[in-house]
Amino acid sequence: MAVSAQPKLDAQRVRADFPIFEHPIHGKPLAYLDSAASSQKPRQVLDAMTTFYETSYANIHRGVYDLAERSTEAYEAARETVRAFVNAGSAREIVFTRNVTAAINTVAYGWGLDNLGPGDLVLATELEHHSNFVPWQYIAGRTGAEFAVVPVDAEGELALDALDGLLERGQPKVLACAAVNNSLGTILPVPRLVEWAHANGALVVVDAAQAAPHTPVDVQALGADFVGFTAHKLCGPTGIGALWGRAELLEAMSPFELGGHMIRKVTVEKTSWNEIPHKFEAGTAAIAEAVGFAAAIDYVTEAGLPAIERHEHELLTHALGRLGEVPGVRLYGPPADRRVGIVSFNLEGVHPHDVAQIVDAEGVAVRAGHHCNQPLMAKLGVNATTRASFYLYTLPEEIDRLVDGLHRARKLFQ
Amino acid sequence: MSELDSLYREVILDHYKNPRGHGVIDGADAEAEGQNPLCGDEVSIAVAFDGNTIADVKFQGRGCAISQAATSMLMDMVKGRSAEEVASMSREELLDEVGIPLTPVRLKCALLGLGVLKLALHKGRGTALPEEWAGLDDLELK
Repeated sequence: MAVSAQPKLDAQRVRADFPIFEHPIHGKPLAYLDSAASSQKPRQVLDAMTTFYETSYANIHRGVYDLAERSTEAYEAARETVRAFVNAGSAREIVFTRNVTAAINTVAYGWGLDNLGPGDLVLATELEHHSNFVPWQYIAGRTGAEFAVVPVDAEGELALDALDGLLERGQPKVLACAAVNNSLGTILPVPRLVEWAHANGALVVVDAAQAAPHTPVDVQALGADFVGFTAHKLCGPTGIGALWGRAELLEAMSPFELGGHMIRKVTVEKTSWNEIPHKFEAGTAAIAEAVGFAAAIDYVTEAGLPAIERHEHELLTHALGRLGEVPGVRLYGPPADRRVGIVSFNLEGVHPHDVAQIVDAEGVAVRAGHHCNQPLMAKLGVNATTRASFYLYTLPEEIDRLVDGLHRARKLFQ
Repeated sequence: MSELDSLYREVILDHYKNPRGHGVIDGADAEAEGQNPLCGDEVSIAVAFDGNTIADVKFQGRGCAISQAATSMLMDMVKGRSAEEVASMSREELLDEVGIPLTPVRLKCALLGLGVLKLALHKGRGTALPEEWAGLDDLELK
């Protein structure tokens, strides 16, 4: 009897769900290799949002009429979908935010301003996106705490042996770390970082923006204290993400944004806060976006994160091999088994901007620049790279078209 | 001619590979540097004056073909002109010389050198700063 094969993802079939691929770029089929910046959207997500607007939309949490009840129900059902997706203990621990940047700012301001001060040490890894770096650098400065980075080695992996040396800089209070780096695709050893941080008295704030679309994120298994992730990178709409935080931390934390809905009682003298998670959701929420977020989670879950992971690993192996064949290409980042489907590279003598423009003429969309990773770029000794990143709809032949484009760039610039 | 060939026309690639006025000026009267925060392109420019005339001007930088070629062309265009004249030079004058169709993002690449040069002239001769950089100080531009 044959061993049953693990379900394989049929990327050609997946693509049929994504209307964007019906529209040529410069007369060529779109090869979208920029999913790490933002993913494309399947019809199922677009339809869920349209149907919601057409049948169930009203402002939430306040109206007593039927439509408002239905809208509120859809919004809170989306919160439950998000909770289940990351295996949070309670939906009270899921705060809808604008994106990961907003999620981290919520913690940096709400927790950081009250809990950091001189003598304290704020740590961020050198692999952080600016969104989990700049807020901590800034709040450390505001509170008089010391700010330091956990360095990376030449391969773009964290130098964990440098951790203990950082203890000389102050009392660690918080460690900001990505689950997956967005330029190199490096998978960070979050459980080990959590173990170290907790042993030394620090909370851990995880940026899971690049992890959640590609690999199961279980916030309880990670053991961290806060985890941020966003819809638009996992087939969902822009304008909505989520912050998971331990209930007791969220309860003790000050609100970040103030205004409507986040209050319990307002008098001229004093305002008290709503219960969590509402304390952190000031103003009218991104309601239809929450519905779209849930539809995206359903879509990705149905495709199967393990199948997506395998598909991307195959693409990654293909890409590293094919790109490595191009003379003058320098690849950055760790080996395929320690990264997700993100490849950063440079082509000798051709700036990434020019590379991106030249391959765009072939309908190939790649990112060029510092990818909001300037400290990491400085460490790699470059000011920019070209980045190709993959998702469930990516085909190996799209990577081949990128390689053809690189040959064209070499010829043009020789 | 394809869109790409017109963008990377020979003169652009020539200026990129063989930049004019590339280097440093010992004892320069004014220096400035700037970055395009979108892509990390960097340009630094040094100017030596004879009175108010730009006697020598040189640049260094790393960045895309458009930013480096446009800055190289700029060096050719401004030598021998007065600080005031160049400070008020329109972006169109440079863009005409560059002579390629540019998207809004690439426009920033092409105009980086002109902005940095105007900053150097501002530092050296007190001329007006480009509008888009009003309110920024030198440190932020670095």
